[in-house]
Amino acid sequence: MAGGDDLKLLGAWPSPFVTRVKLALALKGLSYEDVEEDLYKKSELLLKSNPVHKKIPVLIHNGAPVCESMIIVQYIDEVFAGTGPSLLPADPYERAVARFWVPYVDDKLVAPWRQWLRGKTEEEKSEGKKQAFAAVEVLEGALRECSKGGGFFGGDSVGLVDVALGGVLSWMKVTEVLSGDKIFDAAKTPLLAAWVERFSGLDAAMAALPDVGRLLEFAKAREAAAAAGSLSDSRD
Amino acid sequence: MAGEDELKLLGTWASPWVSRVKLALHLKGLSYEYVEQDLDNKSDLLLTSNPVHKKVPVLIHNGKPICESVVILEYIDEAYGTTGPSLLPTDPYERAIARFWVDYIDQKLVIPWKVAFTADGEEEKTEGIKQMLAVVQTLEGALKECSKGKPFFGGDSVGYVDIALGGLLAFLQGTEELCGTKPFDIANTPLLLAWVERFTALDAAKVALPDVTKLVEFAKTKRAQMALSIKK
Repeated sequence: MAGGDDLKLLGAWPSPFVTRVKLALALKGLSYEDVEEDLYKKSELLLKSNPVHKKIPVLIHNGAPVCESMIIVQYIDEVFAGTGPSLLPADPYERAVARFWVPYVDDKLVAPWRQWLRGKTEEEKSEGKKQAFAAVEVLEGALRECSKGGGFFGGDSVGLVDVALGGVLSWMKVTEVLSGDKIFDAAKTPLLAAWVERFSGLDAAMAALPDVGRLLEFAKAREAAAAAGSLSDSRD
Repeated sequence: MAGEDELKLLGTWASPWVSRVKLALHLKGLSYEYVEQDLDNKSDLLLTSNPVHKKVPVLIHNGKPICESVVILEYIDEAYGTTGPSLLPTDPYERAIARFWVDYIDQKLVIPWKVAFTADGEEEKTEGIKQMLAVVQTLEGALKECSKGKPFFGGDSVGYVDIALGGLLAFLQGTEELCGTKPFDIANTPLLLAWVERFTALDAAKVALPDVTKLVEFAKTKRAQMALSIKK
């Protein structure tokens, strides 16, 4: 790491988007100050650093804020290009393929999954679940194509798509416990099931991913509070 | 440009996402074959090139498809790094800022615009307009910051954010007729108004953007068709 690099991450430990940034920082072997935000009482620093969205994660690098999880991950990869592994390949076409799958994860898996987990009606939840499962099947095919026999979407090493999907892994496990459904089923999506094991075993994953037990308690408490009507709206 | 370099763009004339790609190709001085798609009767080429979304634009470069407008823009910039001007800044922080604003445009501008365009009731429409104008106001601030007094979001020359917003220009120019409000005005968004003048004067814009009148007619027809099919 270059001398004089000050990295501060404004985040919240349950957030999968924050987890993505932590993964990238861990993969690159970068030290940073981990600032836990109270999303019901956002700090001046957060509001000043992300005035447009007022959301976490925000990475503040030598005082300059970068917002949006995958923009931050690409920024880390570019600024610290000489440090640790590259998260994007050198070839423009392969980069385009990686950049294609990242928003797919967000729009087609994460968004429906959230609806499944936190939807207001049974109908909404069931539709979210259906769409999330459909996306998992597509991602199995994506992994087959992108990995080219290596263990990751990035091929032999972890790439952007691995980080995008890896960030939500603890939440996927929590959802499996709460719903009783297997999201990455070895029988239906063998490559992804193996990928989950492989990714979870990485040092970076062990450092960055929130503890599943702790997250499960958090999810249950939030569900209970929502049911009791004591939360006026969700906080992200 | 290397010999044997083949670029094919699958698109539809009205699509602002396709316009973005056309803008980038023109700005880079790249020749390409444009193939107009019929989205009610999708071609085999489109379906095999974009099996996941089955949407336009798709850029096919020497037989390999690239999908999603912003992905295509970055691809063009990287694959043709030494051809024509750079579309993205070289500095990683400025790149992050540019990507932030393009993401903002895609996440925050389009949805309220669509609401304002298709809303049935006055209340819904008013809300859509209000949200759209708030987003436009934020973009005025973004232009001020990014341009630092220069003509474009990209500074002296057209950049990634300019192209991302520029692709939507024909729709923005048709907004008063389609949504009942002007998106830009001299009191609230003087910088953006000036930017629109400047951008539409570019050669690339004249080639890449659809005719506003034709677009407005087309959008109105589509809206009427959708309303009819919902009523059924």
